[in-house]
Amino acid sequence: MLLPLAKLSCPAYQCFHALKIKKDYLPLCATRWSSTSVVPRITTHYTVCPRDKDKRWEGVNMERFAEEADVVIVGAGPAGLSAAIRLKQLATKQEKDIRVCLVEKAAQIGAHTLSGACLDPRGFEELFPDWKEKGAPLNTPVTEDRFGILTEKYRIPVPILPGLPMNNHGNYIVRLGHLVSWMGEQAESLGVEVYPGYAAAEVLFHEDGSVKGVATNDVGIQKDGAPKTTFERGLELHAKVTIFAEGCHGHLAKQLYKKFDLRANCEPQTYGIGLKESIPKLTFPGGLLIGCSPGFMNVPKIKGTHTAMKSGILAAESIFNQLTSENLQSKTTGLHVTEYEDNLKKSWVWKELYTVRNIRPSCHGILGVYGGMIYTGIFYWIFRGMEPWTLKHKGSDSDQLKPAKDCTPIEYPKPDGQISFDLLSSVALSGTNHEHDQPAHLTLKDDSIPVNRNLSIYDGPEQRFCPAGVYEFVPLEQGDGFRLQINAQNCVHCKTCDIKDPSQNINWVVPEGGGGPAYNGM
Amino acid sequence: MAELRALVAVKRVIDFAVKIRVKPDRTGVVTDGVKHSMNPFCEIAVEEAVRLKEKKLVKEIIAVSCGPAQCQETIRTALAMGADRGIHVEVPAAEADRLGPLQVARVLAKLAEKEKVDLVLLGKQAIDDDCNQTGQMTAGFLDWPQGTFASQVTLEGDKVKVEREIDGGLETLRLKLPAVVTADLRLNEPRYATLPNIMGAGPKASASGNGSADVAPMEAGCRRLGQGRPVNRGLPCAESQEEED
Repeated sequence: MLLPLAKLSCPAYQCFHALKIKKDYLPLCATRWSSTSVVPRITTHYTVCPRDKDKRWEGVNMERFAEEADVVIVGAGPAGLSAAIRLKQLATKQEKDIRVCLVEKAAQIGAHTLSGACLDPRGFEELFPDWKEKGAPLNTPVTEDRFGILTEKYRIPVPILPGLPMNNHGNYIVRLGHLVSWMGEQAESLGVEVYPGYAAAEVLFHEDGSVKGVATNDVGIQKDGAPKTTFERGLELHAKVTIFAEGCHGHLAKQLYKKFDLRANCEPQTYGIGLKESIPKLTFPGGLLIGCSPGFMNVPKIKGTHTAMKSGILAAESIFNQLTSENLQSKTTGLHVTEYEDNLKKSWVWKELYTVRNIRPSCHGILGVYGGMIYTGIFYWIFRGMEPWTLKHKGSDSDQLKPAKDCTPIEYPKPDGQISFDLLSSVALSGTNHEHDQPAHLTLKDDSIPVNRNLSIYDGPEQRFCPAGVYEFVPLEQGDGFRLQINAQNCVHCKTCDIKDPSQNINWVVPEGGGGPAYNGM
Repeated sequence: MAELRALVAVKRVIDFAVKIRVKPDRTGVVTDGVKHSMNPFCEIAVEEAVRLKEKKLVKEIIAVSCGPAQCQETIRTALAMGADRGIHVEVPAAEADRLGPLQVARVLAKLAEKEKVDLVLLGKQAIDDDCNQTGQMTAGFLDWPQGTFASQVTLEGDKVKVEREIDGGLETLRLKLPAVVTADLRLNEPRYATLPNIMGAGPKASASGNGSADVAPMEAGCRRLGQGRPVNRGLPCAESQEEED
């Protein structure tokens, strides 16, 4: 406790002296108060406030059990399930036995899946050539496509010519959640150990720095960070290779980007609203990334599911070869499956994404979306994306906000209950819920920044960009000013706050498994 | 010294946080693909049974659930929390709709006699039908004493002391075993079914008693005619005045 005090300015130190009685009970994170104004403590999560120095955790058994598997997959979406299924298919065919464990933060498979979706069956058919006989829920083939520019009252039709990415001939309209549930059942019948309701909260490392596996979240922690009587540590899942298929802006992937510097040579990722959408390095010792987490979405086609599935399949095949190869020599304890990235670059995924790589950045020009459409028409349709240059994005999403004084507030009409609806009743439809007595999983690295920076310069964008109304600036009970209130229970796990926060202060971590939205067949 | 055996009945219901939607033909609510979980009061009952076992007062806990195939997940959760065996009384999905407290109570009574248990624990009511009848009916069929709405359960030799939450306050009963106890909210806080326990419960669930008990057939005494949202009576709420007293 004494060390951080030396860094504080004098008035704060005096404050602490005055609070001497309470000092012993203040966890370490409270010492980040750097000014004399009292910043209400918001973040209590143990990733920000370490427990080893917290008096309330003295004597609590922090031992974790461990399970050994051959491959552990984080995330049971299209990519994760494709990888799991492919691994087991190969194992059955070659009569080898590999243990595949799949953890998923949703309470049931498919509950956190949110997508249109219009599926290009290319990836799916590679996994299940006999999907029709098996009864996969691809029931609605596309019959007609219409593309138009919508004005306030009219629609200007734009012709869809064959060869344009928006052409959906041969595709299916699916309820992706149902498809994912069906894939989950197939995975279980093949022998994959599927564990919904358990979130992977931490990446584990060997001494040599390679990935050892993951650990699931601890349960039974109170909102203020103290342990409950039902406290239990998560389980460690060790694997030779760990596949991270967390979906868009996965929180473990975020840690891995930093640790292994995977984004050194790529553009920052751009997003729609944090749910879908420049590919980093994909492999590292002990693990690899698949699916929407690194992001293989084909923007003009508005499809990422088929590429996600294919990335899962390729990952499985590459891993299987390494696991079963007789003379395997690995420099690190966790296997580094570099073949996955090589195979992906040789596959149709890479070709497809290469041809459309310039379409999204082309919308950044003066003509905006129309410029993008013209660019698509010329360079994609005619030249098939062969142009020798690659356009750049404008920078990361969080840097794009202008200060509030440079903008005029938009007057939104009130929801009319017929085509527009109010935010909270829409959130209720998602069925999202979390155990209320747990530390808020929307953690702030610095509790003072929301009011001091986000609110003062940008007028608190988090209260506007969060689709679930998690962030609210409420007036202080005494005096002027505001404080940030985090209603973590509403969170729908979209990660927009983590992506868009101009101060990059918000770090989304995973809540207790089983919480979050309960989409049915979305 | 513990020779007592407990039977805990668990029900698979739609999760409490899910927004319920009535089917368009108004014959029921949408259950397809909707998130289900163990009835919260049943979780409390399982937790109480496990605590009694940890105190070495109960030797064996049998979890039982009546319903379609998915009830296996609910039983698995009970096993992960600490139950020893699971029994799934399989009822085909089509008939499961007509399964009510009377039928379930008959099944539980038969099972309690067959397994020779000393204590039957249930949740006080299910959050989907709010019947609050199964525990009481089971005690009736077995002709056993019952302690319902229990907020504290203490085993004393061959008797059980049950503190009940009633409208007028708290009532304490002493029941001779064997007895039926239904759990109320403040009895305990259930533990989490952690992953190591779920992994261990997998083999347990398949190895033992998952045969459907050959119990009395399900004759439905009553038939649901329809289900819908409450009718909007069109009465405005009285404006709440901010009156400082």
